[in-house]
Amino acid sequence: MSAPILKVSGVSKRFGGFTALDGIDLELGANERLGLIGPNGSGKTTLINCISGALINDTGSIVFEGEDITRLPPHQRAARGVARSFQIPKPFRSMTVLENLRVPLEYAARGRTGRGKINSDAMEVLELIGLNNRANESSAGLTQVDMRKLELARALAAKPKLLVSDEAMAGLSSAEVDEILEILLALNARGVAVIMIEHIMRAVMGFAQRLVVLDAGRKIADGTPEDIIRNPDVERAYLGE
Amino acid sequence: MLKTRADKIFWAVLAAVFLGGLALTELVANEYYYTAIYAILQATIMAVAWNILGGFTGYVNFGSAAFFAIGAYTAVALDKWLGLPLPFLIAASAAVCGLMGLGVGYLTLRLKGVYFAIATLAMAIVLETFVTNWEYVGAARGVYILTPEKVPFFRSYIQLLFVVMLALTLGSIAISRALNSSRIGRGLAAIRDDEVAAECAGVPTLRLKLISTTVMGAMMGVAGAPYPFFVTFVDPLSAFNLFVAVNAIAMPMIGGTAHWIGPVIGALVIGGAQEAITVTISSELNVLVVGLMLVLFITLAPQGIVGLVQKWMKRRKR
Ligand SMILES: Nc1ncnc2c1ncn2[C@@H]1O[C@H](COP(=O)(O)OP(=O)(O)OP(=O)(O)O)[C@@H](O)[C@H]1O
Ligand SMILES: [Mg+2]
Repeated sequence: MSAPILKVSGVSKRFGGFTALDGIDLELGANERLGLIGPNGSGKTTLINCISGALINDTGSIVFEGEDITRLPPHQRAARGVARSFQIPKPFRSMTVLENLRVPLEYAARGRTGRGKINSDAMEVLELIGLNNRANESSAGLTQVDMRKLELARALAAKPKLLVSDEAMAGLSSAEVDEILEILLALNARGVAVIMIEHIMRAVMGFAQRLVVLDAGRKIADGTPEDIIRNPDVERAYLGE
Repeated sequence: MLKTRADKIFWAVLAAVFLGGLALTELVANEYYYTAIYAILQATIMAVAWNILGGFTGYVNFGSAAFFAIGAYTAVALDKWLGLPLPFLIAASAAVCGLMGLGVGYLTLRLKGVYFAIATLAMAIVLETFVTNWEYVGAARGVYILTPEKVPFFRSYIQLLFVVMLALTLGSIAISRALNSSRIGRGLAAIRDDEVAAECAGVPTLRLKLISTTVMGAMMGVAGAPYPFFVTFVDPLSAFNLFVAVNAIAMPMIGGTAHWIGPVIGALVIGGAQEAITVTISSELNVLVVGLMLVLFITLAPQGIVGLVQKWMKRRKR
């Protein structure tokens, strides 16, 4: 693996007396496609929250491109190239679909966006995701599926070096899943590292070069998809004893 | 500044209104009219200012009267101490209340929703207590202000203050409009819609919220600075007036908070109605009328008058 773009070491997070993450170590190559899986409530979203800064981990450190970002607020991480989508869509409801993308373009990606290119860049992302015919509609009126697409579009508009997609494909049709996979693969081919959280096994297996499995806040497996399927711990976590 | 057609129309309207105000001072001598219009202008600045934090950013401030009052008392104190001319007093009030907005924002913006609103109310009570005990400006008794008998260009000092207030109001509206459609305005809207999503999209939410409270405070200070000179007497009760705070919230809510023009429309409609009621019935009724209208709008048309018009235009297009 080349120099890692992301290095998570010993990250723990507690909510009151409940341990949601317990000493997670994770490394990600600069151009890697990682699948993050695990049963419901295993801590996947919590880990993403710690990486993006939406939550601050209690212990451990997060290093991005060699810089310790553990204490940085989310907006500074976004400016450095960490983007994420939200599992439960959080559109800017008072804005149109296009305006939703203007926000990351004008803030997170400001240093990576040419002057006067904001609208054309936003339209480009919308075309990629297939939301271009909704560009001027209110984002509050979108269907659940379109809101998920908007989540991913807004993350892409931040022009990330590391994209984390948190169940972006839930509820999508099989054809739409293939479309999104193609988009993420193309993005990865342009050098963006991707962490994909997904319950749709066909999608993660087809996409990820490596899988990490969480169970009850702990990392129980880390390896190629082939290894992971054959791992007895993983089977136990998913199927129970 | 004059990039689009909307910009040209906006600035033409501002210029026309200002010239109309100047013409009024030529044509009308009766001071009643200036008092009435001054009250509406003052309420407009307060509503526009409140809306920058309350409407654009989504944080409800119950303490508007404190900013207004500190603006008024800053002007009174500096007038008494140094005898500065009015423009300097207004600038000083803007600076003091802008800093106050920054400080209040820094201390309270970590609080969300109702806790923030309560904190601003508490701040107003603390400051009122402070001014009530401030001997230099008359403490609880209040203070009378001497204003010049004769002024250049205008028939009276009242007319001069009216024109100054008109200019300040138009300036506030222009600032609010520019902010609303700017990059910062979009950042504020993102904060209002979803603060976590805004941060993750790169919006420095704390910094933008502090800009918002600072601009709001400065504008409210500007609204308060000329007030003591207009009424020639100020005491804590009239400066920290609940009615000022209620209007500052009700006018944007009734006009519509998402668009810069909402608080302007709300201030004109409610302010106009209040003046009419004061003349025809009694000023006691004003609070009741505002309260009732606020309840009506919040329950039936939460997007305000602007929202109703937008809905109506959309329906007509179809
Ligand atoms: N803010 C919070 N406060 C308290 N508990 C929380 C909070 N966020 C998450 N949890 C708890 O932490 C655990 C891990 O949640 P998390 O959302 O990370 O799981 P997940 O792996 O993303 O699950 P899913 O597949 O259902 O999305 C859950 O038990 C959840 O209830
Ligand atoms: Mg989750």
